[in-house]
Amino acid sequence: MEQIQLTGPHGPKPKKTTVSRLGVYAFLFSAAVFFCIPLYVMLITSLKGMPEIRLGELFSLPGDPSFAAWVKAWGEACSGVECNGIQTGFWNSVKITIPSVAISIILGSINGYALSFWRFKGSNLLFGLLLFGAFVPFQVVIFPLIIFLREVGLYGSLTGIILIHTIFGMPIMTLLFRNYFSSLPDELFKAARVDGANFWQIFFQIMMPLSIPVTVVAVILQTTGIWNDYLLGLIFAGRENLPMTVQLNNIVATTFGVREYNVNMAATILTALVPLAIYLLSGKYFVRGIAAGAVKG
Amino acid sequence: MNSISIKELDLKYQDAHVLKQLNLDIKKGEFLVLLGSSGCGKSTLLNCIAGLLDITAGQIWINERNVTWEEPKDRGIGMVFQSYALYPQMTVEKNLSFGLKVKGMAKDEIRERVDRAAKILQIEPLLDRKPSELSGGQRQRVAIGRALVRDVEVFLFDEPLSNLDAKLRADLRVEIKRLHQKLKNTMVYVTHDQVEALTLADRIAIMKDGEIQQLSSPADIYHKPCNLFVAQFIGSPSMNLLEGRIVGENFVYHDYRVNLMGYEFINQGDHDTSAYLGIRPEHLALEPRDGYVKLASVSIDIIEPMGDETIVWFDFMGRKWSVKVHGDHQLRWDEEVDIYLDPKKAHLFSKQSEVRL
Repeated sequence: MEQIQLTGPHGPKPKKTTVSRLGVYAFLFSAAVFFCIPLYVMLITSLKGMPEIRLGELFSLPGDPSFAAWVKAWGEACSGVECNGIQTGFWNSVKITIPSVAISIILGSINGYALSFWRFKGSNLLFGLLLFGAFVPFQVVIFPLIIFLREVGLYGSLTGIILIHTIFGMPIMTLLFRNYFSSLPDELFKAARVDGANFWQIFFQIMMPLSIPVTVVAVILQTTGIWNDYLLGLIFAGRENLPMTVQLNNIVATTFGVREYNVNMAATILTALVPLAIYLLSGKYFVRGIAAGAVKG
Repeated sequence: MNSISIKELDLKYQDAHVLKQLNLDIKKGEFLVLLGSSGCGKSTLLNCIAGLLDITAGQIWINERNVTWEEPKDRGIGMVFQSYALYPQMTVEKNLSFGLKVKGMAKDEIRERVDRAAKILQIEPLLDRKPSELSGGQRQRVAIGRALVRDVEVFLFDEPLSNLDAKLRADLRVEIKRLHQKLKNTMVYVTHDQVEALTLADRIAIMKDGEIQQLSSPADIYHKPCNLFVAQFIGSPSMNLLEGRIVGENFVYHDYRVNLMGYEFINQGDHDTSAYLGIRPEHLALEPRDGYVKLASVSIDIIEPMGDETIVWFDFMGRKWSVKVHGDHQLRWDEEVDIYLDPKKAHLFSKQSEVRL
């Protein structure tokens, strides 16, 4: 076959590397480095011994890396009079986070499902109220909540703090699931009704299996939120159940004796490990979680 | 015996009156098509029959039973949706059996019914696949199967072919017709496509603004539209119109007059009144024929060849008119042609009430 010679532009448009594009990359790279510096400093400081830290060479790599500070932070560091390390706080946070995340997601998904498919009288009003709840600054409701929990005998208990996290998670969870279910075709719901499935059958057999993506987002959102919570844990959990964040503060802020920067750094990294692991493992879902969280303001 | 009876059905939302005192009887085994443009209430009516929407007033009877307050599952209906609405996480087999399982039917019987439906619809090789692995036509077949396994008297179709491409739509249309001939169920079929309506229906109900305009056989709808809306809605291109006056035996407009010999008036008193004359493009001709009368000489505006036939457009008395001629006609743009009309095929509508005269 004869090859026809084409003159002028033909084929794919050539990609050019322009100066401005290089500038953008350079900026992004330096921004990334800048934000990584604190993490780097924390990591290497936690691996140094105190004498080496006292030299004040913040950025130099440890001469003799050791995990001693990590072990101490986990099991021996003192907060106040107790010296059991941050592990108590870790397990407290686990005990608070897992049930809170589970309960708030289950209730939120049922709420969202009911509000988007079973339009009952006043459902819009109810949804409006729930949304309003998302925007009420929680400082306003803390005191009434303390009194309420005291009256029902749950103040300063594990159940109490789980209840509080569930309540505060309800608006955003409902919103998240309602919006997701609203994006599913209405006809799917109608088909299930014609097929004779009832409220719970449609929820468990049709809608739940379809809502895995949004559930992952919800887990990310709630786990990071509840794990990182400080104020509610401090107020409602009681002395026995203080979450890891509160204990971290107590360790870092303990003022007698030598200030062990390496132990503080290790304790901080340990505390941040759970959210960090979630960020890294959840990948694309995490971005959706942030986007959903943006609605919360 | 009526399979479905709708009595004085009314549906209002806060600001919209969607269905207005609607009455409709559908006979057992009948294929009824609800036809109308979007927003006319045809899908709403179907949803009311299915029990998926609460009605404001009136009654719905299915199989001589008042089902007005009953749940969709208790009404003895199966429904097929435009978006197929298959459960995405379930295999075809699970999709078909879901409704039966929910009902608590015995495993053997479920198996039997699913197999039978799969055989009728020729989807047996697909039973283990997920909906996402099926083509549009296959999905719609499964959706029909889901209605089929329920072994119900009444099938409701909500624009089932609208999401398919033209070729597949024509194929499945024939299959639905075949299915109806085989099962002899009552079928109510919503569509905005007049070809689907004309080809499938025993009777067509043309709807506009929540009211049924005309309820008759496809032939009647086409040959004797009861009002101007129906006349213009059915037919492609739509009916040509002329505004004028009936004077005695003639339709008069400006200096033209058309002799109405052979037109069947519904009411003989309508012989001196303002009216529209309507004539379908296929009932006009470019050459004199038996019984045709000459209308005018016009110049061709646009020619649309469609293979077997050609549509010729021209301007006439300030309106766009079209005429369908055989595809062999050699025509030029701007050519002067004579237009002939068959008065027996004409339609007359009152100018005031727009109803057929």
